[in-house]
Amino acid sequence: MYIRNFTYLEPKTIEEALAMKANLGIKSSIIAGGTDLLIKMKHHSINPDFVIGLNSIPDLDYIKINTDNELVIGTMAKLTSIEESNEIKNYFPALAHSASVTATVQIRNMGTLVGNICNASPSADNATPLLAYDAKVVIMNQSGNRIVAMDEFFKGPGKSALETGEIVKEFILPVPSKMTGSSYQKVSTRSKVDIAGICVSALISLDKDGKIAKARIALGAVAPIPFRVYKAEELLIGKIPNIELLKEASKIAREESTPISDMRSSADYRKAMVEVLTFRVLEASIQSATKKKN
Amino acid sequence: MSKVNVILKVNGDLYEVAVNPSKTLVEVLREDLQLMGTKIGCQTGDCGACSVLINGKSACSCLTLAIESQNKEITTIEGLAPSGEELHPIQEAFVKEGAIQCGYCTPGMIMSAKHLLDKNPTPSELQIRQAISGNLCRCTGYARIVKAIQVASEKMNKSAKES
Repeated sequence: MYIRNFTYLEPKTIEEALAMKANLGIKSSIIAGGTDLLIKMKHHSINPDFVIGLNSIPDLDYIKINTDNELVIGTMAKLTSIEESNEIKNYFPALAHSASVTATVQIRNMGTLVGNICNASPSADNATPLLAYDAKVVIMNQSGNRIVAMDEFFKGPGKSALETGEIVKEFILPVPSKMTGSSYQKVSTRSKVDIAGICVSALISLDKDGKIAKARIALGAVAPIPFRVYKAEELLIGKIPNIELLKEASKIAREESTPISDMRSSADYRKAMVEVLTFRVLEASIQSATKKKN
Repeated sequence: MSKVNVILKVNGDLYEVAVNPSKTLVEVLREDLQLMGTKIGCQTGDCGACSVLINGKSACSCLTLAIESQNKEITTIEGLAPSGEELHPIQEAFVKEGAIQCGYCTPGMIMSAKHLLDKNPTPSELQIRQAISGNLCRCTGYARIVKAIQVASEKMNKSAKES
């Protein structure tokens, strides 16, 4: 299992990296953690002539809250840092959870959150929490930065809004309002390590009367891309949560999913589990939002 | 696309080798530096046999380019017992508790255990199991491996208190 040889490029600044990517186009690949890229290169599903390493560019590995009360995650932030960050554990627990069950300890020490998303796998563990938290993707190219909303980033299996010559700079996640709860759950053959068979995230914000002010439901591994179930979200808005309501929203999530059967799960099982997991993440989100209210 | 010179710091020693940029760290460790303790298993980051510590954190050396391992502290299984005679307490515990059957997963298991105990000297059984979830033992001797890590942790804490 050998990797075809390539020329390794080591830009010292992000401008240099963008110029290289713009010049070399599809003949080149960006390497961050390498945990997805090198596997693809070993399987010869891609054979780049040039590999551009981001290791020598300073200040790309950060997790911080900015002055606009948003969480900013830099392109080289490792999954282990996501899992261990106090800011993320406090304000974005579904993301801390999904990062902590992505692959293995070793892979989390190496792989980046941005890389997990840029590979645009339908089953990427961390995609659904980012959808639930209304993340924005800051994309750099030679003419400057552009921002793409998370729910417009995924275009198909392995395809994203990222164009040739572009590099993701960071993700921006607005810190949710105080009375907000969120939750992530996945089902896979083994509890961790495995790629998710089904993964689901929810976020619920309550208003002062206990009505649902904001709702997000995101599903992974049950369609060509991770996606939000807008129809179920709309159903919840303005209502006082009860079991029947959550059951109805979960049913919509099941209907909106279009899974395939593969070695990880059958389509029927995936659909059934979407309903179960959606109910559970909604229930958990509401419980944690209610606790914060009292 | 010719070879490039890379300088690697492995177990405290500096090595300069000419390698293809496509060479992974485990290939260079085994083939160029003759450090055969680190094993090659699945080659795709699933089995953990190739685990080493990079700047103190466990990593799959099969998914790490040697060229990207420069200016970092790399520790392999050989680095735990530099004299070659006196074993590290984790190694000793693996031997004493019979946590080795065929032995192929052992170096990777021990590096994952080292990463865990450096971070958390008193792990629970669950934490130990989670810490080695990226290391597969196909002899399925997990119970004794977990026991060995518990024993090592106790011994290391005891000697830390005494010193």
